[in-house]
Amino acid sequence: MDHELLCELYQRMLRIRRFEEEAARLYTERKIGGFLHLYIGQEAVAVGALSVLEKHDKVITAYRCHGHYLARGGSSKAGMAELLGKGTGCVEGRGGSMHFYDIDNNFYGGWGIVGAQVPLAAGLAFAQKYKEENGVTLCFLGDGAINIGPFHEGLSLASLWELPVVYLIENNEYAMGTPLEKTAPTEDLSIRALGYAMARETIDGHDIFDVRSKVHTAVQRAREHNQPTLIEVKTYRYRGHSMADPQKYRTREDVQERQQRDAILLLGQKLDELQMGDKRAQIEADIENEIQEAVEFAENSPFPDPATATNYTYIES
Amino acid sequence: MESLHQGGESAVNEGLTVREIPIRDALQEAMSEEMRLDENVLLLGEEVGAYNGAYKCSKGMLDEFGSKRVIDTPIAENGFAGVGIGAAMCGLRPIVEFMTFNFSLVAIDQIINTAAKARLMSAGQLSVPITFRGAGGAAYQLGAQHANSFEQWYAYTPGLKVVCPSTPYDMKGLLKSSIRDDNPVCFFESELTYSMKGPVPEGEYTIPLGVADVKKEGSDITLISWSKNVFLTLEVANALEQQGISAEVLDLRTLRPLDEDAIFTSVAKTNRVLIIQEQHEMASFGAYISHLISTRIFDELDAPVGLVSSLDVPMPYSKSLESVILPSKDRCIEAALQVLR
Repeated sequence: MDHELLCELYQRMLRIRRFEEEAARLYTERKIGGFLHLYIGQEAVAVGALSVLEKHDKVITAYRCHGHYLARGGSSKAGMAELLGKGTGCVEGRGGSMHFYDIDNNFYGGWGIVGAQVPLAAGLAFAQKYKEENGVTLCFLGDGAINIGPFHEGLSLASLWELPVVYLIENNEYAMGTPLEKTAPTEDLSIRALGYAMARETIDGHDIFDVRSKVHTAVQRAREHNQPTLIEVKTYRYRGHSMADPQKYRTREDVQERQQRDAILLLGQKLDELQMGDKRAQIEADIENEIQEAVEFAENSPFPDPATATNYTYIES
Repeated sequence: MESLHQGGESAVNEGLTVREIPIRDALQEAMSEEMRLDENVLLLGEEVGAYNGAYKCSKGMLDEFGSKRVIDTPIAENGFAGVGIGAAMCGLRPIVEFMTFNFSLVAIDQIINTAAKARLMSAGQLSVPITFRGAGGAAYQLGAQHANSFEQWYAYTPGLKVVCPSTPYDMKGLLKSSIRDDNPVCFFESELTYSMKGPVPEGEYTIPLGVADVKKEGSDITLISWSKNVFLTLEVANALEQQGISAEVLDLRTLRPLDEDAIFTSVAKTNRVLIIQEQHEMASFGAYISHLISTRIFDELDAPVGLVSSLDVPMPYSKSLESVILPSKDRCIEAALQVLR
């Protein structure tokens, strides 16, 4: 196994984990406003899936977007500053937690209305095909998004028009606080692809190598044959839906059981087994340093100038 | 139809051959010309291709541009509006046709929450150069769900531009500007006027968004309207003329951005104003214009601002009911005389 790759994946997952832990702390200190949806527990999904994309491929997701932003190469400083509503944030304090964008890295956000990004993703893929860019769009959505109309309209059009898009459902078992068995009639979620004559796949989200290999296959199918895929990744979030969630719908033991198979924990153990403990320690120190610098940067950055409050409403044609 | 020849810039562009063509052809010309100029412009919607458009506004376009650029969609407004918006974020310039804007309601989340807000939420990293177009407002006896005037719902939303032309000349020039605009534009037409003919010069011209047009000059009262109601308003003006009253007709043409100066200039001249709209009165665009006039140029007014609206009820089917609910010539004349008293 490629040792450098293992270190890279470990570093990327750890970056998200530590970013989110610090965000949670800052939220409890009331330095972050609004909603804060943490990605803790799901890191292997974003990191694994995005690690098989090319730079010109496009990525879009919903409101639990910090992990995808970071995994796509977004700056932790600009991300943390955005959470604090600072002018140095990745969208200059206009978006907040739910609306991160980084178009230079082909990260298209950051959307707050459940399922709405599904047709948008088809539109990104439509443009890639129209312009013959040989690019692929990877669209993340939650298990809570598969029952709303735009999900079905987007899948239907993606299949009908043979668009190079991969839809990846991150099934973390809860649509906010409602467990899957109360929102979906089947345990298998990718089965919905059948109605749209679309390829489908199921992935163990705790296994970053399973994520990589199966997403890679789907991406190739999109790139080479303009065939979309619907993937269900079985994952789990350790924190509440948002910081406001008391999590009455599950026990501490439920979470602890899933943490036994934590992807960061498992990959860390693998590095130790491969006698790469020193390298692992170095990565952990580097990430700690990076995240502390991000927090410091965010705290020391200025808020946006109130005189710019109405900027970005229109573009001058 | 005679009214189309009246007033403003809509008469002629000097040196160009002027033909009489219906609005559906003016729209087709605008789209086709823009598609010839820019390969990133494309048209998608229900029936736009093989059927030539539900109202024949895209006649011949599939033949000329092929199925890559003139795309028939399933009945999935949220889906194809979303695809258009996503494609626009990548630099394409889609024209999305809604068969009517009544059906835009199932796509309104994409228009308002996505298209209008993408630029702000991304701090200018994204722009959405898309045009949503289609028929709006009441036609003959379409019933409650197909007769809505929704332009003000979109005009409420910062980030969108809203265009409501009346004449074939304005339709063509404003649609071309809408397609070239880098912001999302909602462009309203009417089932009742697609066949209406008027002078349109051959060849290239555009009309900037946000510029109103005086369709008839007058000195005693300003009548303000937009979309197909401009024709009703011209009839009202002519009727007032016969009573010795000189009415100015101001066609807003664009609701957002709004040409406030044109409104204030005309009202400062006549000192009396009547707004004629197809909306219900409560929380309406006409009420907003009234507010603007009353707060910004109150001293110019010799009488309270008049407003004629549709009656406050969903549109029933029967002709006898529909005709009393929509603004009528008689109701408008009566309201004008009230303002003039």
